[in-house]
Amino acid sequence: MNPPTLIIGIGNPSRGDDALGPLAIERLEALALPGVELLTDYQLQVEYALDLQGRERVIFIDAAASGPEPFAYGLVTAVEDASYSSHELSPGALLHAYQKLYGEPPPAWVMAIRGYGFGLGEGLTGQAAGNLEAALAAMMEVK
Amino acid sequence: MSADLESAQHPETLRRVAIEPLSRVEGHGKVTLLLDENDHIRQVRLHIVEFRGFEKFIQGRPYWEAPVMVQRLCGICPVSHHLAASKAMDQIVGASQLTPTAEKLRRLMHHGQMLQSHALHFFHLSSPDLLFGFDSDVAKRNIVGVIEAYPEVAKQGVLLRKFGQEVIRLTAGKRVHGTGSVPGGVNKNLSREERDFLLKDIYQIIAWSRDAVQLARRLFEQNRELYNAFGRFEAHGLSLVRADGAMDLYHGGLRARDKGGETLFDHVNYDHYWERILEEVKPWSYMKFPYLRELGPEQGWYRVGPLTRVGLCDFIPTPFADQERRSFLAYDAGRAAGATLGTHWARMIEMLHSAEAIKELLHDNDLSGDALVVSGARQERGVGVIEAPRGTLIHHYRVDEDDVIVRANLIVSTTHNNQAMNEAIRQVARQYLDGRKLTEGLLNHIEVAIRAFDPCLSCATHALGKMPLVVELLDAEGATVDSLIRSVGCGER
Repeated sequence: MNPPTLIIGIGNPSRGDDALGPLAIERLEALALPGVELLTDYQLQVEYALDLQGRERVIFIDAAASGPEPFAYGLVTAVEDASYSSHELSPGALLHAYQKLYGEPPPAWVMAIRGYGFGLGEGLTGQAAGNLEAALAAMMEVK
Repeated sequence: MSADLESAQHPETLRRVAIEPLSRVEGHGKVTLLLDENDHIRQVRLHIVEFRGFEKFIQGRPYWEAPVMVQRLCGICPVSHHLAASKAMDQIVGASQLTPTAEKLRRLMHHGQMLQSHALHFFHLSSPDLLFGFDSDVAKRNIVGVIEAYPEVAKQGVLLRKFGQEVIRLTAGKRVHGTGSVPGGVNKNLSREERDFLLKDIYQIIAWSRDAVQLARRLFEQNRELYNAFGRFEAHGLSLVRADGAMDLYHGGLRARDKGGETLFDHVNYDHYWERILEEVKPWSYMKFPYLRELGPEQGWYRVGPLTRVGLCDFIPTPFADQERRSFLAYDAGRAAGATLGTHWARMIEMLHSAEAIKELLHDNDLSGDALVVSGARQERGVGVIEAPRGTLIHHYRVDEDDVIVRANLIVSTTHNNQAMNEAIRQVARQYLDGRKLTEGLLNHIEVAIRAFDPCLSCATHALGKMPLVVELLDAEGATVDSLIRSVGCGER
């Protein structure tokens, strides 16, 4: 039986603020939350549809190159977008692929944490580090 | 001659079309076309904004960190970098011969990577073009269209990829950021429970892989003239082969053959690859152009990857894949084996080989051995070469007496294929675009040619909102006349 909640952190830990997703997962791992499975990867691909099976809810955590500060948190629905044509799928496109393959996907949310610098070998920017704290605090409240 | 299209006379008088970035091609790639007033193509160039910070990222780190750190260069093929760096570091620690357990575990990991990468490319990135047509309805020409029209094919693609990921997870220790391969060997073996977990599915995986080869073959047969001619060009080829001439994706000597099939060199130790391969810089491209030293920069460019490997090896050391190799090479008097779109067929033959090789390895008790690491006399220089999913991958390091990497040079598969991809799109431009009003379907022909190589330019970040797809039509002064933007994101943001 899969744990009812799946949280996926997306990003490359060595590309500056792209590390926000994996760093959030690291912090959540330390909390050992019951009923929660944590995964991290550089990007989403279609086989993640298999990980979504049997879940009650799914949360994607990713860095956002633009958009609200410190983060935007919201429901994400299945959507057919242009990410189908790349090596990575957006969360909405993954849900859409799930819908086509297996039926109605579990409810899902995206935590998009605002980032600023994405260079190889760069560390997390100070602003992004603050945004991460705010996002984690908000997620604890939602929990 | 397509080389004529590399640099136009009086480009300032021509109209420019840019396809940027390329969809279903990872990272930052752009094609520019220069057209005259009658829509005749005068210049075609593939520009790849290759990130040249690889070496700087690695330099200054202790050598034992390299196999883990290099995985962060690329989110698409991290295992290939993991293994190429490990092979280089084997030389640094003086491990001239790995233990059977270590070598076989690495091979298993590599075949897992080949399987999942080839499955993703064929089923999800290329099959929409191949099943529906290059200029079919763009709204349908994607994996969702495949799921709707060919649900079983799409599901098999997902499960093939998932199986490859499971092989990686169990050999590398983690699903991503694995640490399984270390300088001189590996840090874990495969338990019998893990082996049995993989064994229960492997026969289904082989069966689906055999079906995939037949699907690729049928697609070629149904459109034989198109597939034979589309973006076709003659090229020299380069790959690793085993000492007995067999396909070996993990280790071997370098073999190069010219366009006519004559062997230029064979079983060359890659430790001194620079004696055979040099790189040229062109002012209009960030990415270098490798060439065979003995033929020079004008004549010495070559092709790497599945099409080359299947054609260059003397045999494939697994039975079903070798049967398919012989059938592929014999098809239409050998013409498919030189066709750009024959790459898809060759890629599926390699996927079948990896599935068969995984089965053979899973039946080998060496995988659960306890001798994991060896070492010998410390060396200053290490070179690791592997046949990655997209082609030959070279890692080259120099390490100082304080164990710090002071120099690194990487030649990735997509760089080897730089000139070859330019040749393919120039042929396509001549064949399909010249003198015609450009449409999305026609421009997709360019992308179909590039996609056959599955170039991975994944040096870009993957943050939400970072990868819009843009097609721009520009006038001679570079001003935008028209553009189409398809944003990538999630519905509620």
